[in-house]
Amino acid sequence: MKVTRLITLLISISSISYAHAEWALNMPRGVTEISHSVFDLHMIIFWICVVIGIVVFGVMFWSIFHHRQSRGAQAHNFHENTFVEIIWTLVPIGILVAMAIPATATLVKMYDPSDADIDIQVTGYQWKWRYQYLGEDIDFFSNTTTPREQINNQSEKGENYLLEVDNPLVIPAGKKIRFLITSVDVIHSWWVPAFAVKKDAIPGFINESWTNVPEPGIYRGQCTELCGTNHGFMPVVVDVRPQADYELWLAQMKNIKAQEIASAKQSISMEELMSKGEAVYKTTCSACHQVSGEGIPNVFPALKGSSVTTGDINQHINIVLNGKTGSAMQAFREQLSAVDLAAVITYERNAWGNATGDKVEPAAIDELKMAAKQ
Amino acid sequence: MNTMTKVEHTEHHGPAAGLTRWLYTTNHKDIGTLYLWFSFTMFLTGGCMALMIRAELFQPGLQLIQPEFFNQMTTMHGLIMVFGAVMPAFVGLANWMLPMMVGAPDMALPRMNNWSFWILPFAFTMMLSTLFMDGGAPNFGWTFYAPLSTTYAPPSVTYFIFAVHMMGISSIMGAINIIATILNMRAPGMTMMKLPLFVWTWLITAFLLIAVMPVLAGVVTMMLMDIHFGTSFFNAAGGGDPVLFQHVFWFFGHPEVYIMILPAFGIVSEIIPTFARKRLFGYSSMVYATSSIAFLSFIVWVHHMFTVGLHLMGELFFMYATMLIAVPTGVKVFNWVATMFRGSMTFETPMLFAIAFVVLFTIGGFSGLMLAIAPADFQYHDTYFVVAHFHYVLVPGAVFAIMAGVYYWLPKWTGHYYPETMGKIHFWCSFIGVNLTFFPMHFIGLAGMPRRIPDYALQFAEFNMVASIGAFIFGFSQLIFLALIIKTIRGGSPATAEVWDKPHGLEWTIPSPAPYHTFSTPPEVK
Repeated sequence: MKVTRLITLLISISSISYAHAEWALNMPRGVTEISHSVFDLHMIIFWICVVIGIVVFGVMFWSIFHHRQSRGAQAHNFHENTFVEIIWTLVPIGILVAMAIPATATLVKMYDPSDADIDIQVTGYQWKWRYQYLGEDIDFFSNTTTPREQINNQSEKGENYLLEVDNPLVIPAGKKIRFLITSVDVIHSWWVPAFAVKKDAIPGFINESWTNVPEPGIYRGQCTELCGTNHGFMPVVVDVRPQADYELWLAQMKNIKAQEIASAKQSISMEELMSKGEAVYKTTCSACHQVSGEGIPNVFPALKGSSVTTGDINQHINIVLNGKTGSAMQAFREQLSAVDLAAVITYERNAWGNATGDKVEPAAIDELKMAAKQ
Repeated sequence: MNTMTKVEHTEHHGPAAGLTRWLYTTNHKDIGTLYLWFSFTMFLTGGCMALMIRAELFQPGLQLIQPEFFNQMTTMHGLIMVFGAVMPAFVGLANWMLPMMVGAPDMALPRMNNWSFWILPFAFTMMLSTLFMDGGAPNFGWTFYAPLSTTYAPPSVTYFIFAVHMMGISSIMGAINIIATILNMRAPGMTMMKLPLFVWTWLITAFLLIAVMPVLAGVVTMMLMDIHFGTSFFNAAGGGDPVLFQHVFWFFGHPEVYIMILPAFGIVSEIIPTFARKRLFGYSSMVYATSSIAFLSFIVWVHHMFTVGLHLMGELFFMYATMLIAVPTGVKVFNWVATMFRGSMTFETPMLFAIAFVVLFTIGGFSGLMLAIAPADFQYHDTYFVVAHFHYVLVPGAVFAIMAGVYYWLPKWTGHYYPETMGKIHFWCSFIGVNLTFFPMHFIGLAGMPRRIPDYALQFAEFNMVASIGAFIFGFSQLIFLALIIKTIRGGSPATAEVWDKPHGLEWTIPSPAPYHTFSTPPEVK
């Protein structure tokens, strides 16, 4: 308790304070049965280490204090003792065996994704997550929503700075959810600390993991495998809802999808395309090409005044829809709706002085999307 | 005429004059010195990169450097510290001390010795030059996981691959030399079980190097083929396997971490008996423990990959094997403590560093044991907890042991005692700095902060600030070390042949400073 008081004192002295001034020392216990057994294992092995540490360092510091030349200590002559050596080999082995048993039991449980109620495919992209509900025709991307101004210290950082997304993964409470985790580009890792679920998303592999969250709530995590420039800006947010709310959400999602399909057939005004395009650009494109459209020299190409955004419109549409092989440019055909694609391409062709005056119709994009599907 | 005789005179008894002395030297002491200065230069270079990282992480938000450059810094910091600072420092100490400890006149293969050093400056010039290239330096972490390091890598990756090849050649030649020296050039009567422990640990390390450096060369060559020659070893789209990269890399990588710690065990096993004035407890068990650790190092590599989705049985095997490492490592720690027990200790700077090594390395060992528990590892993996763990075993572990060794043998090398108070100031600044930097990383890791991120959520802010302050204290303390070394080379109270209070070992039977040529006639070991 003295430590806590000291820490509180330090915080009050410190002139810089944050909304979340936390000096948390230990791992949070999490909310699932698995995360509780992991936490227990963590605490057991921690206390084993503490006890061994106290004994070993205790003997050492006792010797340092008493057996020093300045206190007139005379060096003894012993330098081996087979009995002692055997003891301090066997005792650790015994401790390790005792530790291995609960660890094995927990691992076996973690490795059993059978009898899942819902299967969700989680796909890593540079630098976002895609969630596909198998058998439900629900498929969406989850992008970070922390504004660049907050990251660049131009405005105050929000409560969930770097841990907030546009579309969280929504799952029902009290159901066993199986995650099928993969990637389309580099290796990512999907981690929600509160569930003790961390699994690498590897191109060419589908990894399995599962969870069953008893309590509704919002749970946050991050990508934990270095995946390129914006590795630090790839949060995971899971919104766990009661079963009824979850079903309501499912219906809403299907409704939105139907609306999207309908609106793809309609023409949209230039102003609306530009404002929508700017919003899509900020969440989807600006991580690489930058808000200013200037890119990063030799890493990500500029869109401002580039031959793609001011040249042949079909070439531009092709790159946005199908990506560019051998580069970080992804295929956005599946990632964005026809309206969003039309809007963002229109925006790119008219923003930052790229005054081509071109307007892309959602219907045209929709046709290309349909053609690609067949 | 006068100068002519002078030149002839020095050629027979001492080093040549000028720059050529260092370029052409085949003398183990000169080459040891070159290695040590090279290592120290790299230590400061990699240290500057670490400070840049810590400066950016001082507060949440991006202040000083952009994410792209941040990734280049973490990558280069890791590569330079592992291959440029820690490994060459141990080779430097081996060059200086092994011939003197086994009673040999020089290393077995002196010309190769020259070559294995002089490759290094070229390798690292090539590596550092990538910072100025289009697209920047390697940015995929020191573990360079494919496909981030192949399909998605900056063009400079090719330079990185060739630099790694050159370092590998240098290390393999160094290792061959060390094995040949120890096995063939021991003084009469110096049986294997009489070898000083530093010699023993280096012998085992050299075998590890020969076993795994070719594996590293293999993995970077496969990358090279994937990048330039259309193969798909690691490219899933071409039928390749990104996880294969990790298996091959860590088959090298795990023995590599023991390459960086076994010689440290050796140094500490030399120093503690000297300042406890008592023979090392359990000499033969130390040799067996070191050998067991070396053997186990080959069968635990997958513990770096617990989250890649391995089969349950594989996961269990590697968990058990990893836990087993605690046994021989524990034996070593117990032996050091038993050596101090009922000794007659004094606490000169080498001893302070050695004791700090035992305590802080053991803390790193504890977190290692925690990481071995696979289910718990899912929570620790790739967080700052891991960063805390390996920095505890590498900085107050390997680096403190190197510093202990330098303080211990500096009077032998220079013929002068170093200024003791200054050494102690260096020790305490380093000790405080290191703990302030790396201990809080345990907390931010457990709280959930991933490693290798340039910016972080607000709940990690407090301890990141503490860690950054610690890093600057630790970094700037090393300037004290630099000043102390220069001061000791230039002068100081003359050291006796024994230097310390009745230390054991052949190196203490020759005068200080050690003459340019020693043991031209082998000593007799009883």
